Amino acid sequence: MITLQVNGEAHQVDAPPDMPLLWVLRDLIGLTGTKFGCGIAQCGACTVHLDGQAVRSCVLPVGALAGKAISTIETLDQSDAGRKVQQAWLTVDVVQCGYCQSGQLMSAAALVAGNPNPSDNDIDMAMAGNICRCGTYVRIREAIKLAATGHTDALQVIPDDAGTPSGANS
Amino acid sequence: MKTLKRLLLLLVVLLVLGGGAYLLLNRTDPSPGTAPPTAGAPATATVLQRGEYLTRAADCVVCHTEPGKQPFSGGVAFKLPFGTIYSSNITADADTGIGRWTDDDFVRAVHDGIDADGKRLYPAFPYTSYTALSRDDVLAIKAYLFSLPKISQRPPANDLSFPFNQRWAIGFWDAVFFKSKRFTADSSQSPQWNSGAYLATALGHCAECHTPRNFAFALKNNQALAGTTLQGWRAYNITSDKAHGIGGWSDQALAQYLAQAHAEGHGSAAGPMAEVVQHSLQYLKRDDLDALVTYLRSVPAKVGSDPININQQPADLIASSAAAPGATEAEKASPGMQLFAGACASCHQWNGAGRETPYASLLGSSTVNDPGGQNLTQVILHGSDMHVADQAVYMPAFAHAYTDAEIAQLSNFVIAHYGGKTGSVTARQVGERRQQQ
Amino acid sequence: MSTPTDTPIDSTLINPDRRKALKFGGLAIGFLWLGGGKAALAAINPLRQSDDAAVAAADGHPAFAPNAFVCIDTDGKVRLVMPNVEMGQSIYTGTAMLLAEELGVDLAHISVEHAPSNAQLYGTALLGGEQATGGSTSTRNGWESLRQAGAVARLLLVQAAAAQWKVAADSCTVEHGEVVHGASGRRLGYGALAAAAGKLPMPSGAIPLKDPAHYTLIGKPWRRVDAAIKVNGEAQFGIDVKVPGMKIATVRACPVFGGKLASVDDSRARALPGVVAVIKLDDAVAVIGDHYWAALQGLQALEISWDLGANAHLDTAELTRQLDEHSRTGKPIVARKQGQRPAAGKSVEAIYQLPLLAHATMEPLNATVHVSADQCEIWLGTQVPNRVVAAAVKLTGLPEEKIIFHNFFLGGGFGRRLEADIAVQAIKIAKQVNYPVKVIWSREEDVRQEIPRPMYYDRISAVLDPDGRPDYWSHRTTGASVAARWIPAALSKDGLDSDTVECAAETPYAVPNVLSEWVPCDLPQGLLPGWWRGVGPTHNLFVVESFMDELAHAAGQDPLAYRRALLQKNPRALAVLDLAAEKIGWGKGSLPPGVGRGIALGEPFGSAICAIVEAEVTAEGSVRMRRVVVGLDCGQMVNPSSVSAQVQGGLLFGFSAALYNGLTVKNGGIVESNFNDYRNLRINETPAIELHVVQTTASPGGMGEVGTAIAAPALANAVFAACGVRVRNLPIERALAAHHEEARKAVARRKQGDRAEALT
Ligand code: FES
Ligand code: FES
Repeated sequence: MITLQVNGEAHQVDAPPDMPLLWVLRDLIGLTGTKFGCGIAQCGACTVHLDGQAVRSCVLPVGALAGKAISTIETLDQSDAGRKVQQAWLTVDVVQCGYCQSGQLMSAAALVAGNPNPSDNDIDMAMAGNICRCGTYVRIREAIKLAATGHTDALQVIPDDAGTPSGANS
Repeated sequence: MKTLKRLLLLLVVLLVLGGGAYLLLNRTDPSPGTAPPTAGAPATATVLQRGEYLTRAADCVVCHTEPGKQPFSGGVAFKLPFGTIYSSNITADADTGIGRWTDDDFVRAVHDGIDADGKRLYPAFPYTSYTALSRDDVLAIKAYLFSLPKISQRPPANDLSFPFNQRWAIGFWDAVFFKSKRFTADSSQSPQWNSGAYLATALGHCAECHTPRNFAFALKNNQALAGTTLQGWRAYNITSDKAHGIGGWSDQALAQYLAQAHAEGHGSAAGPMAEVVQHSLQYLKRDDLDALVTYLRSVPAKVGSDPININQQPADLIASSAAAPGATEAEKASPGMQLFAGACASCHQWNGAGRETPYASLLGSSTVNDPGGQNLTQVILHGSDMHVADQAVYMPAFAHAYTDAEIAQLSNFVIAHYGGKTGSVTARQVGERRQQQ
Repeated sequence: MSTPTDTPIDSTLINPDRRKALKFGGLAIGFLWLGGGKAALAAINPLRQSDDAAVAAADGHPAFAPNAFVCIDTDGKVRLVMPNVEMGQSIYTGTAMLLAEELGVDLAHISVEHAPSNAQLYGTALLGGEQATGGSTSTRNGWESLRQAGAVARLLLVQAAAAQWKVAADSCTVEHGEVVHGASGRRLGYGALAAAAGKLPMPSGAIPLKDPAHYTLIGKPWRRVDAAIKVNGEAQFGIDVKVPGMKIATVRACPVFGGKLASVDDSRARALPGVVAVIKLDDAVAVIGDHYWAALQGLQALEISWDLGANAHLDTAELTRQLDEHSRTGKPIVARKQGQRPAAGKSVEAIYQLPLLAHATMEPLNATVHVSADQCEIWLGTQVPNRVVAAAVKLTGLPEEKIIFHNFFLGGGFGRRLEADIAVQAIKIAKQVNYPVKVIWSREEDVRQEIPRPMYYDRISAVLDPDGRPDYWSHRTTGASVAARWIPAALSKDGLDSDTVECAAETPYAVPNVLSEWVPCDLPQGLLPGWWRGVGPTHNLFVVESFMDELAHAAGQDPLAYRRALLQKNPRALAVLDLAAEKIGWGKGSLPPGVGRGIALGEPFGSAICAIVEAEVTAEGSVRMRRVVVGLDCGQMVNPSSVSAQVQGGLLFGFSAALYNGLTVKNGGIVESNFNDYRNLRINETPAIELHVVQTTASPGGMGEVGTAIAAPALANAVFAACGVRVRNLPIERALAAHHEEARKAVARRKQGDRAEALT
């Protein structure tokens, strides 16, 4: 039994020490917002925050995590940077299939939290580990700038009053 | 007529002398020898327990097991400059293995490099080191091997060009470069040192990889453990030299590296050394590791032919945070850095620490401080997959999707960022190293 | 059924129907050959109510469901059912807009729901009435019928209000989910009217639709309806489903195409903690665990021996050899023949080759299935619900109504989820256990068990007239047919798969003499050719537009001017070409050494698009895209935000493949395994993308695959302009590595400013 601090709650999990956090989150704790894309730290879909740092949970053995603060996409809105990034993502309308976006948002939030005014190059360095097969990179760049600076040179911005209806879900 | 007689006589004399010298130089040491105590194979243990431990300490499995095949079933290819030879099946299978070998057959092979049929073995099999093993230890190893499942698998025939395919010719090589001799304790040294010496030479045969070789592929003993390159990988200088060897390492770090293939501030092992730790060193008892460390400390310091200077404070790295490179470096946005940001930074933090595992920390490793990037390019091209300390340490291989030029750029960036040096890796070199392994 | 904007019809075609079909693009073409057109038209029926909705309506909830797409509850909740699946292309948003525009509700007040599997209700006309999503057909398909569906609901609600107020229906209007009687200022919400509207008889015939001038939704940028739940982790993809008692399985199939399982030693695997079962299939082994990690550990502990079968020694070289041989000796099927090859004139010819391509959807393939004695329940994100249900019927022997299917958001489709293979495998596994099992492929399995976009081998040639313009154009493509396997009925009587010549038989250019043909060359048994993000157009536009560039070069003319001269009868294509050229400033100013611009123009999927790429080729032979400018005419844009997103995404998907991707076959299997060796474009390799649109109100063209189809030729032409290396063999990185010296010298020459030299 290992005790993990996930999103502010203590979770007792029965997992072998070499089991990656990703599968503990998804299959044992039931937090499926964190996605599986490659399992070898090449795509970033599984990105979570470990003591505020963006890490790839697919290669992060849980054995070493007791007492560390883990947070996932499900509670991203509880941090300032997280809220900003999520709002910017909506304003620029970044997502497509959405599967990579949990990871994109977690990487972006970690960047914005530590860098009030990221340059294009800063964004490249922080986000290059996150693959998007749908190709949302152009809008990700814009959204991160919007989130960080509050003003945007985005190609197109969708005002809030355009509304965001609830989407299909199962 | 007279002259002719004289000549013939001279010829005969020479042959006799030569033959005598041959026999004299190739005479074997018949003594059983006595091994210094090893913590993992105490006299009190059963012969099988001792055999298993010694077999691991001698790392027999790595050369005698093909990936995915049954342990000790042989067939591993050794690509030498003059051809390829294949390791033999050392399971107890009667036809394809060594099941028919007597104790004396086995001892002769291990001590003197001569197989059961009297054929001389190629010195790729390190009898040159194993000759120092005690007869008891050799037979314990045999007992262990014979306790394992018999595997019927005939290794491919060696494929060597003339004259190297003439096994008898090895006799002359042996005559000149090989001395059959058991380990003899050095009473001027501590018992611990003697155990360490036995582990490092007779069992671990460190020198076979870490000591440079002469024109005839024999060890240059005046350069013992000073480091060299073989099969595409550098075996680093592990003499007590403070700057270029392991002289600067703490005992703790050294022992940890040997046991876990990683030590803080020294990076992680990859390639052949990773295999040694995975299959052999990680099983050594703590006392034996300490003994090994004690011995290595005593190895005369040598600079070695291509010394590596470890930089523990490279400017670019110091200027970086865990999550991002420093401003000046970032501005350059070099192609190598761009590649690193995409494929590498997720595990190898910009500040030299490992992100998800300490095994990914690069600061202080010889690999990133070698301007030639020999092992660096190898591990980028072919990746790493080792199982140590109950965990899988995995790095994917990038050879397939990245060009020689890209991997050269990436390597030189890593050498600059993590080693504070100007890398000299060229696309052509990467192209050559692709072929290796 | 909508038809895309007209392009000049060429009456000299052998088969006029084919000409018509050719305007639809990719997957859509195939289906038109089903002659399913009529059945298809019935598929989306604004006047037909789904049975379950009817039943529900009977007991008052939903109070009002006039057809299969609109449900209005008494509390005013408006639920819209989505006939197509959402895989990133934003079709849920577009569909909701078409319905809501006529229904008179705001997007903020609706919710959307995945459709059940029911082709009768949710079939796609352009796809022969099958309930499938692909071929950039969804918007083109629903443009008329979905607006009708919204209008029907609106009409009945208005009638209900008018009756209650005792006023004339035409004196009432709708806005924001309310019926308004202007004269008296009375208003009633849809919820209050739902019950009454539900009892009214269906109107007959088509209902007049809004004048585009009065659109409040269509044509304006709206946020995706699924955006909110995709930024907080709430959105449920197939891989996320949780079912009580569910176990997780992962699979290893035979690494050789068509190979079978010989035997497996699972003793070590079964001994591992968390491993629940090891399941044998005829070509694969699955390990079931309490969680994925346990299953994976189990899988790695298996000792499997395979019966490798006939393909054990197959490799890419052999596949290429077969294509080359067929292209020379195979029997071509003519798609278009016009005029003759002239006796005289400068002739130019080339061979182009395209590799096998993986889809590598971000969400690895997965399916969750529970087979019990009397029913089979399936949780799966798929582009083909019907096929999955049909497969389940076949495998379980249960009647269709006992197959319970739940669709999900798709973590990317790109055509891979037009296949039911993962579902079939999961059902076979689930049949052997008595609990629900979620089968997840590792990324390695996802790549190695691909149903890839097939390889192509194209021989193309032209004869130039004295002005250097093509007087004769001959294009012979050789490769496997996806349609022949996927929808055999789609092949014409003479065996032509129109997709293989899409955008080749018909180009935007006026050329007097044309021959376009296809030589079928099947892939070996066990390696299936699959759909991709645009198959025909993506393949052919690379060849046609690269070769058009070669001709301009052979004629010593500017690629823009050269194309313009051939477009005088095609104003639509000319317009997007000129738009893009003007916006990038073609011919103005000078570019740095090693930098070049490449043009590509095409009319795939009923849209017209021109992309101009500005790229640098470094001295090391690496390609850096600096800037992309696009001119587009896709007819009426339903949601401009989605259109630009699709152009960006489509281009980047295409650039990724063009630069890096090509599956390698060795020892009868796929060599690549994961993103370390099947590389994907990253954000720091992404150029700025500018989109400029020709505004029209013509009915919409397809969007999902348009950007992808135009990416490769624009980039390859830019590479040529930058370093003088003509890439005829994708991917570009490998091609440049092969011509490394050539490229390096050329760039060096460019650096000395010797431009002309570099272009030879
Ligand atoms: S799943 Fe962890 S980086 Fe891809
Ligand atoms: S949004 Fe689909 S992969 Fe990124």
